Amino acid sequence: MTEPSKIGAAVSEPVSDSPAPSSFLEVRDLKVHFPTDDGLVKSVDGLSFTLEKGKTLGIVGESGSGKSVTSLGIMGLHTAGQYGKRKAQISGEIWLNGTELLSADPEHVRKLRGREMAMIFQDPLSALHPYYTIGQQIVEAYRIHHDVDKKTARKRAIEMLDRVGIPQPDKRVDNYPHEFSGGMRQRAMIAMSLVNNPELLIADEPTTALDVTVQAQILDLIRDLQKEFGSAVIIITHDLGVVAELADDILVMYGGRCVERGPAEKVFYEPRHPYTWGLLGSMPRLDREQQERLIPVKGSPPSLINIPSGCAFNPRCPYADLPKDNVTRTVRPELTEVGSKHWAACHMTQEQRERIWTEEIAPKL
Amino acid sequence: MTTQRTSGRRKQAMAAAAVVAALLTTAACGGGNSGDSKNGAAGFDAANNKVAQASAAKKGGTLKFGAAQDADSWDTTRGYYGFMWDFARYYSRQLVTDKTEPGKAGAQLTPDLATGLAKVSDGGKTYTYTLRDGVSWEDGKPITSKDVKYGIERVWAQDVLSGGPTYLKDVLDPDGKYQGPYKDTSADHLGLKAIDTPDDKTVVFHLPKANSDFEEMLSLVSASPVRQDMDTKSKYGLHPFSSGPYKFQSYNPGKDLTLVRNTNWKQASDPIRKAYPDQISIKFFSNANDLDQRLIAGDYDLDLNQTGMSPQGRTTALKEHKGNLDNPVSGYIRYAVFPQTVKPFDNIHCRNAVIYGADHVSLQTARGGPVAGGDIGTNMLPPSVAGGEGQKYDPFGLAGANKNGNVAKAKEELKACGQPNGFSTTIAVRNNKPVEVATAESLQASLKKIGVNAQIDQFDGSQTTGIIGSPANVQKKGYGIIIMGWGPDFPSVQGFGLPLWDSKYILPSGNNNYAMIKDTAIDGLFDQYVNSLDDSKKTEIATQINHKVMEGGYYLPFVFERFINWRSDRLSNVYTSDAYSGMYDFVNLGLKSTK
Amino acid sequence: MLAYLIRRLFAAAVMLLVIILVVFSIFFLVPKWAGVDVATSFVGKQADPAAVQAVREKLGLSDPIYSQVWEFFKGIFAGRTYAAGGDVTRCAAPCFGYSFRSEQAVWPVLTDRFPVTLGLALGAAVLWLVFGVAAGVLSALKRGSLWDRGAMVVALGGVSLPIYFTGLLSLAIFSYGLKWIDAQYVPIGQSFTGWIGGMILPWITLAFLYAAMYARITRATMLEILGEDYIRTARAKGLREQTVIGKHAMRSTMTPILTMLGMDLGALIGGAILTETTFSLPGLGQKVLDAIKNQDLPFILGVTLITSLAVLIANLVVDILYAVIDPRVRLT
Repeated sequence: MTEPSKIGAAVSEPVSDSPAPSSFLEVRDLKVHFPTDDGLVKSVDGLSFTLEKGKTLGIVGESGSGKSVTSLGIMGLHTAGQYGKRKAQISGEIWLNGTELLSADPEHVRKLRGREMAMIFQDPLSALHPYYTIGQQIVEAYRIHHDVDKKTARKRAIEMLDRVGIPQPDKRVDNYPHEFSGGMRQRAMIAMSLVNNPELLIADEPTTALDVTVQAQILDLIRDLQKEFGSAVIIITHDLGVVAELADDILVMYGGRCVERGPAEKVFYEPRHPYTWGLLGSMPRLDREQQERLIPVKGSPPSLINIPSGCAFNPRCPYADLPKDNVTRTVRPELTEVGSKHWAACHMTQEQRERIWTEEIAPKL
Repeated sequence: MTTQRTSGRRKQAMAAAAVVAALLTTAACGGGNSGDSKNGAAGFDAANNKVAQASAAKKGGTLKFGAAQDADSWDTTRGYYGFMWDFARYYSRQLVTDKTEPGKAGAQLTPDLATGLAKVSDGGKTYTYTLRDGVSWEDGKPITSKDVKYGIERVWAQDVLSGGPTYLKDVLDPDGKYQGPYKDTSADHLGLKAIDTPDDKTVVFHLPKANSDFEEMLSLVSASPVRQDMDTKSKYGLHPFSSGPYKFQSYNPGKDLTLVRNTNWKQASDPIRKAYPDQISIKFFSNANDLDQRLIAGDYDLDLNQTGMSPQGRTTALKEHKGNLDNPVSGYIRYAVFPQTVKPFDNIHCRNAVIYGADHVSLQTARGGPVAGGDIGTNMLPPSVAGGEGQKYDPFGLAGANKNGNVAKAKEELKACGQPNGFSTTIAVRNNKPVEVATAESLQASLKKIGVNAQIDQFDGSQTTGIIGSPANVQKKGYGIIIMGWGPDFPSVQGFGLPLWDSKYILPSGNNNYAMIKDTAIDGLFDQYVNSLDDSKKTEIATQINHKVMEGGYYLPFVFERFINWRSDRLSNVYTSDAYSGMYDFVNLGLKSTK
Repeated sequence: MLAYLIRRLFAAAVMLLVIILVVFSIFFLVPKWAGVDVATSFVGKQADPAAVQAVREKLGLSDPIYSQVWEFFKGIFAGRTYAAGGDVTRCAAPCFGYSFRSEQAVWPVLTDRFPVTLGLALGAAVLWLVFGVAAGVLSALKRGSLWDRGAMVVALGGVSLPIYFTGLLSLAIFSYGLKWIDAQYVPIGQSFTGWIGGMILPWITLAFLYAAMYARITRATMLEILGEDYIRTARAKGLREQTVIGKHAMRSTMTPILTMLGMDLGALIGGAILTETTFSLPGLGQKVLDAIKNQDLPFILGVTLITSLAVLIANLVVDILYAVIDPRVRLT
């Protein structure tokens, strides 16, 4: 059933024939599979994208679409904590700043973690250790990559807390996470992830656990910091509204694959995949008055063990019968260029999609 | 599934238990190659009623006792355990004591502090003793007649010095006129009228009524002298002031006890005690099996408690070290008794039915079999007591024709009792004596065959006096059968049977006449006994009392108890004595090597 | 933190008072209800009614319960004098009762025996903590491996086998059989190596039971903690795996273990009774068994009190340690 040998071969394949890319981050044909008792869970199944310094990529999808696994895969954390379990299988290439991470020495990747690439997690309360002060945790993050004494590191921690907008940082530095409010905790989390000036910042649902009013502040903070530090940022979210504010490029994931990818304005204003239409329809917007017209995507996300044949989205797609010969249920659609740097994977013709978008979907939004 | 798992685990546990048992036996096998015939052990039963290694005793060394149980008290007035009486001869002397000889001879009296046995006059009501020269306390002061009197007077202070036997008080002052030395208002606290001390060397006892066992009572350690200025009253047991060859060096209750030589004791003043070792130590264990293993390993010389080895140690020892063992008769009889106040046991035929119906071999097996349990008991007087006949007197054929139970005869008796279809009753048994519980179960099984349905009630063994010692409670609970055991305080029918069979000893609480025997013939025989000064006459009366008791059908004897007793290779001059119910006589034990 | 401490101490003091009252009532009222006459069992085989009455008065058993409680309390601070039949017995403060069976004051015996039990408990605790926690962590990290399964089978054995069984087995093998260890108690003041020799089997026996429990709880807790978000955060920082496990995960894992340890150390008397009896160690457990066999109420009372006190102190220490480990506790 599973094909470990094949995947293993993919991992160990020499990368010499694929030269180092010019992009800051390039992911090529990334696959992350988890063997379980019920079968092989194909969380990510052939994902490719690039990201330049100073740019922001938003990865959007429902839960279980593979977006979080992608980020963990880049960080090299997809197998972490899996003691005694069957190891996750990963293949493809991840190039960061000229280094391929999957074939690199794990110890080397560990040293990159926190320094070159850092991560912000969804729930800052559970992501911070409850028994250590905010200061201790930032200091630890700093000192693991910088050979400095505690005093210097503490100064740095206070400086970072100040930078992320925490009042009286010299006092709050000695507080425990439970003594912070939700927004403050996320600020502290951001301070901790940026303490080493990473070139890549991955924010996994950074605002989901926060109050609506705080969400905007945090997003503003991330944008400001990105400008200041010039990092590349990946924002992972299920909420298109979040990426609308920040992202230069958007990647829509479904069933472990990319279904649409392109510059943010293209994906927002000329989306070319029915799933993206669904996401846009379910996006709450401040300018929308009649909330009852909010259209959720019908059905539930696919099983990652038995991904539907053909187009993975076909069971939920209202237009699945438009293409001829039942092709949506037999052939997996490839990403095709639908505009400048704009790609989508759908069997419908360009014309069909343009027509449906402009005539049926856009007016309702 | 759950049951399967349980049984699996139980199987594992059983397998593991078997491993332990095997290890325990092989362990001893691997370590103990102390050849039974070589310079080591004297041989099986070599010290049972005879002296083993008599001439090998050397002066010096430390004699090491191990024990699972501390004495009830080391105060001569308060101790009641047999081993305490045995051990107390190391540090206390009496006017007269038992001979230091094996078997029956050991139960004969011989002068100790006194120059001779009593001069009895006035029809057995006056006893006169003269003290030896040179007898002294551990500080060198001489032991006087006043010390003897004071020591005996302490028995009267039961409110402070409870626990010991009170025979002397009962015989010398049956009406309880004397208040005891602590409440005695006379200047010298020697107000007891029954004892005269005309001079420092003479003690005269005046009995209100003759008692032929009086001198036996004077041989009990409760008749030891105590010096008034050294009497710490209730705390005396922590450090008794020595009149014997050894004195207390240290005592930590429940932990250890060490005796060292009393340098003021003079061999010339003591015809009894040889005082071989320099030091005598007792170490207390809380795990009887551990103690047995240490005995087998040679770490200790003998068991202070002298109650027999635990089943595990016994098995190992019998297999590997038989030459270190003796199998004496303990003087105890184990039996069932039928309270006449509980119906239908008021009828002798119903009592007889149970006696005939019981399977005596299986009762013996439940007690531990012929070696560890004893010979099938056939009557109620221990063979070690004068007048005891052993299995020769077997009125119910318990060890003979009826040893596996006689169902036909039992049914006949049931018919005569008016209960042809049997009846229901309750067996009372102490819950802290597993062997007694086993005998109760065995009895229950054999009684079922004659239609007697017995239900077993296990009562709190530490509350024996309050539960079965209260006739009212026995009647209320309907205890038709009580499982018990009894041993002699001193080897005579009085020392064994008086509290069991004399109607005067029926008490509302602390009763021992469980059968509620009110037989004027038996009472009369006891009166005759205490008045008779002739030994052969006494023996004859003892036999008669035993017969009367058996004829009444009050008791179903199980065994004349035997036990397995360990003696180390180092011990010399070892023998069991009837004076101490088959225990080794401690006082003259010696060591073959002083190292 | 200071306020927290004071609050805890105060609660402990109140608790102690309640415990003394309850224990006292149990030991002096229950025999009365059950119809057991303490005085009779004191006097022994040839119970003379006058002697029983005298003992009853000496023990103060005929006094009303409140005055008995009061006398007991007073005795703790001022000592007590028992007088009867011309015999005067002084029990110096702190007097936790006086045993007329062994003619000893309870307190000195307890203080004499307490170090043995303490030595047993602490030595065993060190063993079971080290081995139990190590085995648990290893099992968690190698979940499903042969080691994990093996360790958990051994742990199951440790939990389900009774102490007297493992105790006898260890004695049979190492002391009687192979004769490697002479398992006889020697006071620490007499010979340190002798003490270790005498204690090693009891330690192992007692530790085996608890190590098993600790291994199981450590494994379960560790597995749970390893799934926590903050462990992922620690890894995302670029920490070495040993730091992630040894520092971040261990600190959280220690919290429930510490709670258990406090409870177990305080309530160890049950295990101590069996272990001390099996190995003939002259500690509190052995004494209390002796006392129960001999119906020596003052000692049972004394040991119960000292055990309650130990549980109380252990809980207090755990509470404080808890606050040290988990800053969130300090608030409540």
